[in-house]
Amino acid sequence: MNRRCGDLLTVLRTPARMADLTLAGWDRLLPQAASAGLLARLSVLADDLGLTTTLPPSVQPHLTAARTLAARQRRAVLWEARKLDDALAATGMPVLVLKGAAYVLGELPPARGRLFADIDILVPKDRLGEAEACLMLAGWHAHRHSDYDQRYYRQWMHELPPMTHIRRASHLDVHHNLLPETARLKTRPEAVIEAARPLPGYRCLRLPALEDLVLHSATHLFHEGEWQHGLRDLADLDALLRLGNQRATWWTDLLAHAAAHNLTYPLALALRYCRRLLATPVPAAVLEEVGRAGARLLWPLRDALFLRGFATAHADCALPGTRLAAFLLYVRAHYLRMPLTLLLPHLLHKATQGQEKTAT
Amino acid sequence: MRLGELALAEVEQRLRHGLALATGPFVFRIRSPLPLVAENLHRLYADFPLAEGPFADFHVRVDRVAGPRRWLKPQAQFWLESVHPFQPLPADQAYALLEWGMNWCIAGHAHHYLMLHAAVLARGERALILPGDPGAGKSTLTAALMLDGWRLLSDELTLVDRHDGLIRALARPVSLKNASIGVIRAHAPAAVFGDEARDTHKGTVSHLKPSADSVARLAEPAHPAWIVFPRWRADAPARLTPRPKAAAFLHLASHAYNYSLLGELGFRLTARLMDTCQCWDFEYGHLPEALQCFRALAAR
Repeated sequence: MNRRCGDLLTVLRTPARMADLTLAGWDRLLPQAASAGLLARLSVLADDLGLTTTLPPSVQPHLTAARTLAARQRRAVLWEARKLDDALAATGMPVLVLKGAAYVLGELPPARGRLFADIDILVPKDRLGEAEACLMLAGWHAHRHSDYDQRYYRQWMHELPPMTHIRRASHLDVHHNLLPETARLKTRPEAVIEAARPLPGYRCLRLPALEDLVLHSATHLFHEGEWQHGLRDLADLDALLRLGNQRATWWTDLLAHAAAHNLTYPLALALRYCRRLLATPVPAAVLEEVGRAGARLLWPLRDALFLRGFATAHADCALPGTRLAAFLLYVRAHYLRMPLTLLLPHLLHKATQGQEKTAT
Repeated sequence: MRLGELALAEVEQRLRHGLALATGPFVFRIRSPLPLVAENLHRLYADFPLAEGPFADFHVRVDRVAGPRRWLKPQAQFWLESVHPFQPLPADQAYALLEWGMNWCIAGHAHHYLMLHAAVLARGERALILPGDPGAGKSTLTAALMLDGWRLLSDELTLVDRHDGLIRALARPVSLKNASIGVIRAHAPAAVFGDEARDTHKGTVSHLKPSADSVARLAEPAHPAWIVFPRWRADAPARLTPRPKAAAFLHLASHAYNYSLLGELGFRLTARLMDTCQCWDFEYGHLPEALQCFRALAAR
């Protein structure tokens, strides 16, 4: 991250420092935070501290507007969750909510002031067809995907083609695993499903264990090719980790889950950058232990790459080489997603089919 | 300082680094290397104050699109920070593009207001809200009312303050399309227009300079008093007929930019408008007769 982005990291670490910002500082911070998807988060944090009315009058409307949008999205997520529960309750299958929806339904700290693009759920793989049929009956449809896209998702990915509700236009991603079938890392979704607990007030929706929410968010973040909201995801992780940290056995539990799911490496990345950028209280011994999941000599290279990934949050944050890093991260995401024997024909297909909307 | 106090060359100069224009509640810091943008801003925003402080609500720019096309078919692109919400347009539409982009900035972000898709003008303290479907003659009527002495608050975006339910003014230029341009030119030969942008997705578009009075009173909010749904029909006699409030409510709510986004607040603010406003349907065929009708309405 570039020094021009320093204020953004400072206020994410210590929200009370919002009180010290000058108007010129806000002039830079507001667009940076909005671009990173973190403005509503800052707005809620300012409110919690009773700062809002002490901030410059020209800044306050932006915070109010961001908070209003986040509140609307929260209402929409709660409503969609209700509809999903209605659509899938009869099947009796466990339906896990992931990421943003999980934070809202589980009333977890990252939910506050969070924006959403879609809702993610996870169902057992052997009941995927049943889930899809029920969702279609309730109005969710996969939109205009070619046969190739269908095969891409159904054979290789960890999710169905994205679905959209015909009336509400809400987006839904139905997963059956944390990572693509073809990914280099193999994970065990059964264990995640087993560890989830029912959500009060819903019939089939369940909340994954806190450890699994951390692991899923970390895996998602460090396997993605698009990094603009990387800092937002890191802020989610920071909030989850701080919540977990209140439990005496938290770090042991987290490491055990990571080992069981074969996800220690993405966790190592998450913990490293949470601590580095957001000063998350990760014990040094824990960092040391998970750090062994990646070759020691490569850490400087990883730092160079991922810190630039986070710097794509806003043009102001860019470091020299940010564009190259963004490209490398995109390539890396594909490389992690599937072996070269699948990847090369896939990229060739995408290139020849022009703008065909095959996801990523 | 007002924009009009700067020479055109100085406006061009400032547009290179960012010209901060205060349009009511929003400060736009605008950058553009295009002379068309500078000329039109200089002409149409002459009475607007320049913002002095270091803060802007929106940092926007209109740039030439790079590449070999720029020599054959030059294009312009609108940016808010690193986002470009629209496809590039032919460079001779650059100024219209800026105006649309500024509307997009407000409509997409200013959720601290209830934003209705309606023109709004005021007589004294009282605001006249003109919702209207495209082609209903809303902009033509808005322009004519402004030229008849009504104070322009906005031709497109009615901002309802969430705290007091009052309407805040933008007073930005009125966008006129196709035949309306000629109608207003004929109606008021002294009116000042921006350059015409031809063959846009809306046809030919030209912006009308807001009256000096409208800009001078930017800071004054107005009390919503009338909601009038205009409809132009060739040679129709000007006629106001009452519109049931339930129907008016539904129309406003379904044509607002962020009614449902505001949730309960959106409902309460719209309901309050219904309580404080008379609601009318208005059909007209000729502007002078229409203006007479509104003078009578205001005098009641």
